[in-house]
Amino acid sequence: MRHRFATLLTVTALVLTGCSGATGGGNADSARDRSLTVFAAASLQQAFDDMSEGFTAEHPRISIEFNYAGSSTLLQNLESGAPADILATADEATMEMAQQAGLIDRPTRELFAANTLVGIVPDDNPANIATLEDANANGVNLVVCASQVPCGALAQSVADATGTTLNPVSEEQQVSDVLGKVRSGQADAGLVYATDAALASDEVSTFELEGAQDQPNNYPIAQTANSSDREAAAAFIEYVQSDAGQAVLQDLGFAAPQDPDDS
Amino acid sequence: MTTREDRTRSRRRRELAVGVPGVAVALALLAATFFVLPFIALLVDITWSDLPDLLTSPSALDALALSLRTAIPATLICIVLGVPLALVLARTNFPGRTLTRSIVLVPLVIPPVVAGIILTEAFGRSGLLGEQLSAFGIDIAFTTAAVVMAQTFVSLPFMVTSLESHLGSSGQHFERMAQSLGASKWRTFVTITLPLLRPGLISGTVLTFARALGEFGATITFAGSLQGTTRTMPLEIYLARETDPDAAVALSLVLILVAIAVIAVAYFRPTKNTDSVAS
Repeated sequence: MRHRFATLLTVTALVLTGCSGATGGGNADSARDRSLTVFAAASLQQAFDDMSEGFTAEHPRISIEFNYAGSSTLLQNLESGAPADILATADEATMEMAQQAGLIDRPTRELFAANTLVGIVPDDNPANIATLEDANANGVNLVVCASQVPCGALAQSVADATGTTLNPVSEEQQVSDVLGKVRSGQADAGLVYATDAALASDEVSTFELEGAQDQPNNYPIAQTANSSDREAAAAFIEYVQSDAGQAVLQDLGFAAPQDPDDS
Repeated sequence: MTTREDRTRSRRRRELAVGVPGVAVALALLAATFFVLPFIALLVDITWSDLPDLLTSPSALDALALSLRTAIPATLICIVLGVPLALVLARTNFPGRTLTRSIVLVPLVIPPVVAGIILTEAFGRSGLLGEQLSAFGIDIAFTTAAVVMAQTFVSLPFMVTSLESHLGSSGQHFERMAQSLGASKWRTFVTITLPLLRPGLISGTVLTFARALGEFGATITFAGSLQGTTRTMPLEIYLARETDPDAAVALSLVLILVAIAVIAVAYFRPTKNTDSVAS
């Protein structure tokens, strides 16, 4: 009996430690001559997955492996030596850190898309919210990203621009957690990227945030410093910026990148 | 199991100690290294001069205080609920007992995030029970109470299993004797069963507290993350990792030290071995 419990505890420990997020395993195709590893922000998953088809059609000899994760996780992976040819982050600050650390090839760095912050409410909108002011009222369960992550920093600065002090019940680690809490009706409102709202449009309704359009979140892409196939990497970056690539991004709610006034 | 005869025999053979195969020693060394190396790496990685600042930042102090403020009540709840639950599961027979026992153990094997999701389904605002509670103006989500619930949910099985294994192995003849001498069920429980359960209760409490302290997935899913209200140490560590990996490492050290302290307090003191009485 006791043995069985000991085993159970051991198994549990194994399961518990093994529960953290998985990274997407790619399809290593040995028949293809070249392979490209792309580290991309989680919010780009749908866009890049869609693009990979078109890209492979144009470049049949290049196969792509994607690793999607939070931008800062990607940066940490690169720092600890993970092999990648391309880095695409959800904000310029993270790319800047990668550049400072000598992890990317500076001249290849480009902006290729932008996202804006929007407010979302559950479809039945129980708290009757239409503006950030409504969402920020006392007694309303507003959920935002923590200011340590890009979407939270943006929420903070959009709120600051209108002189609002955010009053959330929870500061989540990722946009998807904010989305999840609004979807399930736990939260009355949340602040997420326009693209996330678009993906969940059958479960949440969107409201505009005053001044959010003036603060786009630009997505940079660059070759890594130790890319093993610069030509293939350049081809992918070119494809992302091409009409075909941009069309995919627009379909998913991304905007064209904008140069912010300062910096 | 060991009889007096066995013991004398082993004493006589001490010079001829059987020993352990070399392969086992080598593998044991490997296992020990595997366990110890990460802790050494952590100590090496810490910027000791920054440590006081990192650990006394308001967010770190809030997180530590909140962790203790939630893990202690969660552990107490697990004792109050876990002892009767283990007793009923081990000593009574009712239809569906095996099923109940399996369900109690489920939180051990599901990822904590799943625990958070099902807690939300039950107690969340639009959840099964949560909807009724909400009507009475009780909103559990995003409160410190939600953190305690998440911790209780994932750590209760640790209490139940460690008690159950002691109940299973200790038999009931002392209790039967007490009752045949006229002691009430309650008196038997307090004066015989509980003292016999002590080792199980101690290890159960330690495991429960450690699990509650380390709880992450169910908390972030069910309770959310807000400094001072729901952001416990593990959540703070995970968030600090985003911008300040040094702070994350420093906070990890604190959590490890607390864990070591708890284990030390529970195990490294003379306790009477009540096991041998029963076997």
